[in-house]
Amino acid sequence: MFGFGILTGLIILPLVGAGFILCLRGESEAVLGNARWAALLTTLITFLLSLWAWKMFDPASAAFQLVEQKNWLGAGLVYKLGVDGISMPFVLLTTFLVPFCILASWESITVRVKEYMIAFLVLETLMIGVFCALDLVLFYLFFEGGLIPMFLIIGIWGGKRRIYASFKFFLYTLLGSLLMLLAIMAMYGVAGTTDITVLLKTDFPSSMQKWLWLAFFASFAVKMPMWPVHTWLPDAHVEAPTAGSVILAGILLKMGGYGFIRFSLPMFPEASQYFAPFVWTLSIIAIVYTSLVALVQEDMKKLIAYSSVAHMGFVTMGLFAMNPQGVQGAIFQMVSHGLVSGALFLCVGVVYDRIHTRDIAAYGGLVKRMPLYAIAFMVFTMANVGLPGTSGFVGEFLTLIGAFNSNAWVALFATTGVILSAAYALYLYRRIIFGVLDKPSLQGIADLSAREIALLAPLLLLTIYYGVRPGPILDACAASVQALIKGYDAALAVTKTAALLLN
Amino acid sequence: MTPMSFALAHSLPEVFLAVGALGLLMLGVFRSGGRDWIISEAAIVILGIALLSMFVSLQGKALIYDDAFIDDAFGRFMKALTLGGALISLLLSREFMAREKIDFFEFPVLVLLATLGMLMLISANSLIALYLGLELMSLALYVIAAFHRDNLRASEAGLKYFVLGALSSGMLLYGSSLIYGFAGTVSFTGIAAALHGNVSIGVIFGLVFVLAGLAFKMSVVPFHMWTPDVYEGAPTPVTAFFASAAKMAAVAVTVRIIITAFPGVAPQWKQIIVFISILSMALGAFAAIGQTNIKRLMAYSSIGHMGFALVGLAPGTEKGVHGVLIYLAIYLVMTLGTFAAILSMRVNGRYVESISDLAGLSRSRKGLAFFLAMMMLSLAGIPPLAGFFAKWYVFLAAIDAGLYPLAVIGMLSSVVACFYYLRVVKIIYLDEPAALFESPSREVTAVMTLAGLAVVLYWVFPGPLVSAATAAAKSLF
Repeated sequence: MFGFGILTGLIILPLVGAGFILCLRGESEAVLGNARWAALLTTLITFLLSLWAWKMFDPASAAFQLVEQKNWLGAGLVYKLGVDGISMPFVLLTTFLVPFCILASWESITVRVKEYMIAFLVLETLMIGVFCALDLVLFYLFFEGGLIPMFLIIGIWGGKRRIYASFKFFLYTLLGSLLMLLAIMAMYGVAGTTDITVLLKTDFPSSMQKWLWLAFFASFAVKMPMWPVHTWLPDAHVEAPTAGSVILAGILLKMGGYGFIRFSLPMFPEASQYFAPFVWTLSIIAIVYTSLVALVQEDMKKLIAYSSVAHMGFVTMGLFAMNPQGVQGAIFQMVSHGLVSGALFLCVGVVYDRIHTRDIAAYGGLVKRMPLYAIAFMVFTMANVGLPGTSGFVGEFLTLIGAFNSNAWVALFATTGVILSAAYALYLYRRIIFGVLDKPSLQGIADLSAREIALLAPLLLLTIYYGVRPGPILDACAASVQALIKGYDAALAVTKTAALLLN
Repeated sequence: MTPMSFALAHSLPEVFLAVGALGLLMLGVFRSGGRDWIISEAAIVILGIALLSMFVSLQGKALIYDDAFIDDAFGRFMKALTLGGALISLLLSREFMAREKIDFFEFPVLVLLATLGMLMLISANSLIALYLGLELMSLALYVIAAFHRDNLRASEAGLKYFVLGALSSGMLLYGSSLIYGFAGTVSFTGIAAALHGNVSIGVIFGLVFVLAGLAFKMSVVPFHMWTPDVYEGAPTPVTAFFASAAKMAAVAVTVRIIITAFPGVAPQWKQIIVFISILSMALGAFAAIGQTNIKRLMAYSSIGHMGFALVGLAPGTEKGVHGVLIYLAIYLVMTLGTFAAILSMRVNGRYVESISDLAGLSRSRKGLAFFLAMMMLSLAGIPPLAGFFAKWYVFLAAIDAGLYPLAVIGMLSSVVACFYYLRVVKIIYLDEPAALFESPSREVTAVMTLAGLAVVLYWVFPGPLVSAATAAAKSLF
């Protein structure tokens, strides 16, 4: 339509829904119901459309597909969208998770429902845009624009310390991003365009690469988040409403990893190699340290937030191993973590909606009153631990193999993280689900409602399905990862020969 | 000697304004008995005609009035911004002036005269013309700063502005005389021709004094002291006029004199521009944090923004000037929009200015709340709002010229600045509601709607502004 393709459709669709909700007048219960349904329908249609896009997508090719291009700012800045095997899984993950967020907020959000739904739909637009953008400035626009709705989601519908958390989230991310913006400008100065497909083929001088890499790192490391710039995440997670936590853990964190794969590795191969030990060190610290921190948390959400940081450590470790197992494992780990951590936050939301506390000590013995909940929570806990047969295993295993192939020591230290994750996750599970049901507030607690079953069941099935058959995701990104690594090795070989010739 | 008709055709907006201002003055004196009557409507129409005449008058580049006055694409771009700023400020002023019972006919006339001064300033091609334009503008501004003469703060603002302004004019004159003494001419192109290679210390002194005088008008550090007091004390529409039109003219003339008259001493003026740019960005960011009055906040914000605009001037390249022009255009829209929002902060018939009055605005007035939040985020430079693109172009030029420290410091200070803009958003959206504002007038609503659309949807149609700025920047080099 109008010369735009399906990806533009994906980006526009949530905005249309938001526009519709904006037009609703009044605050009566019927109007709010309409707003909820409109948001849910919009996100479902977006999901179906993204499935259609997936059907049109050819996973055997490493090239960017479904490409569309329009003139935009002139002078090499274009409106260009496209997906490849690396971004397609993330687009699907986004469109898949957002309906869950809407459903999760069905009853827990009671004030300013319309604004909430609008914020979520706008956020969806921006997130899809991040993964589809093939122009660096366009990417930045979506990447940074997402801060505004997320700031409001945390700030308006969050918990007690929501203002502190939302400011911290916003300013932390902004600081990293602005340094990236300067790097984007410098790259534009060299290449004369911000078209990502062109930039991927541009050779940046190696001294410049290091600075550019550091600037991009500043942004993505904060977003990931990597130790030591992870401190905004626990605050944001704890204060955000359930759906906000889901989206934060499920997708926003993935933008950092996606940025590493899309920009840092292929565009600055020499710098990536140079800094790989640095990233590994930070990853190992993140894995071990945040796992230990998770062990002593009193707050359920905080515990899961710290475990997210640890899991993202596996992602960065796998990425900078720069071999097929490592990178594919990292992508798989991100998708799997998106499902699993999203589901865990939903699980927290389920009990939070009933008792309004996230204090682990306030629970115990839930299995007696909530058997279904106990089963669901168990599967996701196991997936979080990385039990074989769940999707969590595949990602951790592949990233560890990848790391082992590059540097055995890294793999050795990282593996301790797997043990620690079992410790904190099972400890959490024991304290909440098992034990004596003696708290008066828990005596009347009800098991999962139909809506909550509908919410958790698909995630549960996918977690197990991808644990048994990781093929669909791995195949989707195989060709693109292969091409990425080939380009990376070729670039390093060129510099090596150049160095030899100079000697 | 160029024919008179040619000269008139190239200075059409100035002629309209001069004739119009004098005509309205006569009308006011003989007819309206002190009150506004229809003078402000007429002044708006005159400004509108002057703005339109920019589009129909002759194009190209022309030096007229003995080469003291230049008409080029750069000048036309900046004049369009200035006239737009003046027109909108006047539009916004009508309700305010009537409610505060200071709707005297002198106000629109003085605005017209100040705008005339600004246009002359933008087109000045010699030191004398520059001084004439500057003084015409300043004298009118001194008076309207204190226009609310029964109000203590307004009088204080006017007096402060006058004393410091006179000092800066003096510095400018002193610098001009030094430059004239060493270059032997007052024409910008003549100065450029006379200064190249090793220049004497006297010229550098002159340059510093001239820049100090202009920095005062732009309100950049270290000549910014008057800004918060004047912004706070002056009637709000007058503040809007200061922040929009006056800023445009001051930056325009700075760009013109630096680029056309002093290419020979580029290393020297670059140091100065980088220095005041960094200081302004940093001060604008840090000093605004503690403010409780929204007009004072906007004063510090404007100091910071002028610092950002100068980031584009620091490289002294065509690309940089292009960035400055886009920055100014977008800043004009944002600042006018914000002042329109400030003018709709009215409780029980009284205008309020405290930031805490905005608390919970998102519950009581959704449209206004959303608009003001967008303005704040745009001023902070968050994409995809227009303010981001403004920053993009100036920083792009700085990076291009290798001014990395300047760019990094600028970015860091914009994170700090983001904090206080975000605080306003927080107060609007996150806090519990305070008093309910009355409905703003139709003009104010219209200005807010237009500014809101321009800021939020700029990224959809960035083309026209970018190409106009490109043409304008090219004409300077």
